[in-house]
Amino acid sequence: MDHSHALEAHAAHPGHLDTSTGLDSRKLAFWGFIGSECLLFGSLIATYMAYKGRSLKPPFPHDRVWNGQHVEGVFNMPLITFTTFILLMSSVMMVLALSATQRGDRTWSRNWLIATAIGGAIFAVGQVYEYSHFIHEGLTISSNLFGSSFYLLTGFHGAHVTAGVIYLLTLAWRVHTGKLGPEKSLLVEIGGLYWHFVDVIWIVIFPLVYLIP
Amino acid sequence: MASSATLAAPHAHAAAHAEPTGLWSWITTVDHKRIGIMYGVTAFFFFLVGGIEALLIRVQLAVPNNDFVSAELYNQLFTMHALTMIFAALMPLTAAFFNYIIPLQIGARDVAFPRLNALSYWVYFFGVIFFNASILMKLGPNSGWFAYAPITTKQFSPGINMDFYVLGLQILGLSSIIASLNFIVTIINMRAPGMRLMRMPIFTWLTLITSILIVTAMAVFTIAITELMFDRVFGTQFYSVAAGGDPLLWQHLFWMFGHPEVYILILPIMGMVSEVLPTFSRKPLFGYNVMVFSGVLIGWLGWGVWSHHMFAVGMGPIADSFFALSTMLIGIPTGIKVFNWLGTMWGGAIRYTTAMLFSIAFIAMFTIGGISGVMHAAAPSDLQQTDTYFIVAHLHYVFFGGTVLGLWSGIYYWYPKITGRMLSERAGKAHFWLTLIGMNLTFFPMHFLGMLGMPRRIFTYADNMGFNEMNLVISAGSFIIALGTLVFAINLVFSWKWGKVAGPNPWGAPTLEWSIPSPPPVYNFRTIPVVHSRMPLWEGDPTKDGGIPHGRAEEDTEQVRLMGADMGEMTYPDDENKMSAHDLGIHLPPPSYWPIVLASGISLTFMGLIFRSMDGPLHWLWLLTVVGVAVTTLSIFKFAFEPGHEH
Repeated sequence: MDHSHALEAHAAHPGHLDTSTGLDSRKLAFWGFIGSECLLFGSLIATYMAYKGRSLKPPFPHDRVWNGQHVEGVFNMPLITFTTFILLMSSVMMVLALSATQRGDRTWSRNWLIATAIGGAIFAVGQVYEYSHFIHEGLTISSNLFGSSFYLLTGFHGAHVTAGVIYLLTLAWRVHTGKLGPEKSLLVEIGGLYWHFVDVIWIVIFPLVYLIP
Repeated sequence: MASSATLAAPHAHAAAHAEPTGLWSWITTVDHKRIGIMYGVTAFFFFLVGGIEALLIRVQLAVPNNDFVSAELYNQLFTMHALTMIFAALMPLTAAFFNYIIPLQIGARDVAFPRLNALSYWVYFFGVIFFNASILMKLGPNSGWFAYAPITTKQFSPGINMDFYVLGLQILGLSSIIASLNFIVTIINMRAPGMRLMRMPIFTWLTLITSILIVTAMAVFTIAITELMFDRVFGTQFYSVAAGGDPLLWQHLFWMFGHPEVYILILPIMGMVSEVLPTFSRKPLFGYNVMVFSGVLIGWLGWGVWSHHMFAVGMGPIADSFFALSTMLIGIPTGIKVFNWLGTMWGGAIRYTTAMLFSIAFIAMFTIGGISGVMHAAAPSDLQQTDTYFIVAHLHYVFFGGTVLGLWSGIYYWYPKITGRMLSERAGKAHFWLTLIGMNLTFFPMHFLGMLGMPRRIFTYADNMGFNEMNLVISAGSFIIALGTLVFAINLVFSWKWGKVAGPNPWGAPTLEWSIPSPPPVYNFRTIPVVHSRMPLWEGDPTKDGGIPHGRAEEDTEQVRLMGADMGEMTYPDDENKMSAHDLGIHLPPPSYWPIVLASGISLTFMGLIFRSMDGPLHWLWLLTVVGVAVTTLSIFKFAFEPGHEH
């Protein structure tokens, strides 16, 4: 085999040593993963929407008349609106974290990552508080169709937020110990993809579940 | 066995850095070729298991009013036969080919994420063992593979049979999604320089489409069984009719996965056949572009036809018409493929090797299955055929006449590349004729039985229905298939050691995998080839081929095979052939045991839940789930920060 010829071939195609598209494989894989996640959440949302308003007995999400009586809904709108706001703001902090990482500003890269994680943690804690409040009101996972579809959908999302918080803190720790600098900012970017995805899904879930009666 | 161990080179001498062998090297391997072989061997074993289940069914149905198996066991047998064949045998067999062949076809040294590849194999391995343990205890899923809720909720299926279904398939589904993400990225991102999308081998193209179908369709299925799992294990109400649940919710979610699944099982096979036919017709694939786009179209339309499985539930004329039309529409790209295969053979110099015979039989048998498919695409006609043996006939012509024949064709075609040795052609012909005659004896009479009204999934039938003779013929046919499969299995085992030495390109095939030794060295390509055309080994001047050793296939391939050793020596002197990746300075990812540990954690998480619905001390074994979650979490971190794998 003619090795010099092969070397020429490499020189003629410098892009090859990276990837065919020029896109990092990890990033591409993550987009594929997000595509799959869309279908996971999509099926859960479809289930929730198919069962919206079809529960045979209370508790119900919103105020309504049932068997001639007025039944109060379980949703606590101020709380969920507040934690939703925090979650969305954490996405902004995620953008700042990535920008600081790319600049090589390790201090702020770490700080913004931790701040993003705290935002996610507040959302998750709010969800735990909300759940305990609902259980107190008599809404469990097996009460009715609403309970089942609500807890599975929001719980699945909450699990994603929790995993994301651990993910972000791991990134922050890597930045803090000096193992994650601007040359590896792609790792923060992928973490950001995940975090933004979790937020975007909540932007779909929040109005469908909480706002539309 | 090291990849170079079976290569019979007369002047071979021990290499300085031999590739490691032994059990531990297989457990920790991240080499796509070894993982492909592991997938293939495991899946072929479960093909035999699924086949034995089918034989038991046929023994039971051979004569009327038989009591060879009980009704309850019969339910488990037909359910497990379907699930084993789909999830444990056919999908993993295609995955074996994805693993082994795709990186070779696109000129890559491995897949994009080698450890993730090992992970998906081990998750499959644990899942399939867990799943099949159920039938050994006579506790197998017993609802049919579609597991219609609410019949499968705790109320109507109180045993743990269906827990095996939801938990086992959860594990297997995860494995498929992980593997497919890997293949999507590999195909899009790891192609050799010059291999544009429209220069990719057709098998690679259809693998890409299949992988996209898997990551999307499997996700829907994951949610369907997660909801069923929550209903059964944690007491939710998703499929509880008493709580107002919709009995059609499961059916929609299931078939939204179930129909793309049909294409997941046939598209890769169409790809294999589209490689075999041109090679043995000595002609390029007829209408390559149209073949690609019809594949994309089948994948796309495959998402819009799921409700044709549900005509009998009464969705109303508008939904029925829509799904009838979309289903018939799929006949168009499929028909295009059939005619392009015929066009490929037309005027070609056809060589009737076993691989070619299986591919030709595939076209014929798959077309029969396709035509009966169009018949029950018409909703009124389907109402007559639903739940009869007509459907069984149709689906077996598609799965057996399509998927299985195509897979066998692929195995005869690529076995020399994988093992370095040819399968026996004489045994192959015996295998082919036994299989073809056996399958038609088995499945063709089912059309008539169905039209006479014999229902599916019933464990016996009365003496006076006019079903007796045909059922006996069918059972006899199934044993002919079994005999053929036995010949095949023996051929596979014996040829591994004693088959004729293949050489790099025994068939004179055009794609990149045939440019390297058989079996390929661990690094696949010593230098990454540069691709200038769709069929790099059939086109271009060998002196200007950009590093592809066999620029042009020899006119007479028999001669190439006879001269295999000489040819090999010319292009690959033995000392170079035996050089390890280390000697050549090629960086390959080191072996890792974290994939198997992570896979055990993931599997344990789901397996533990089986004990939640048991009484007594066994109940507390569900804490294995907690152990599983802990192992999973720990291994994810170990996996992510493993030295030598960080980017």
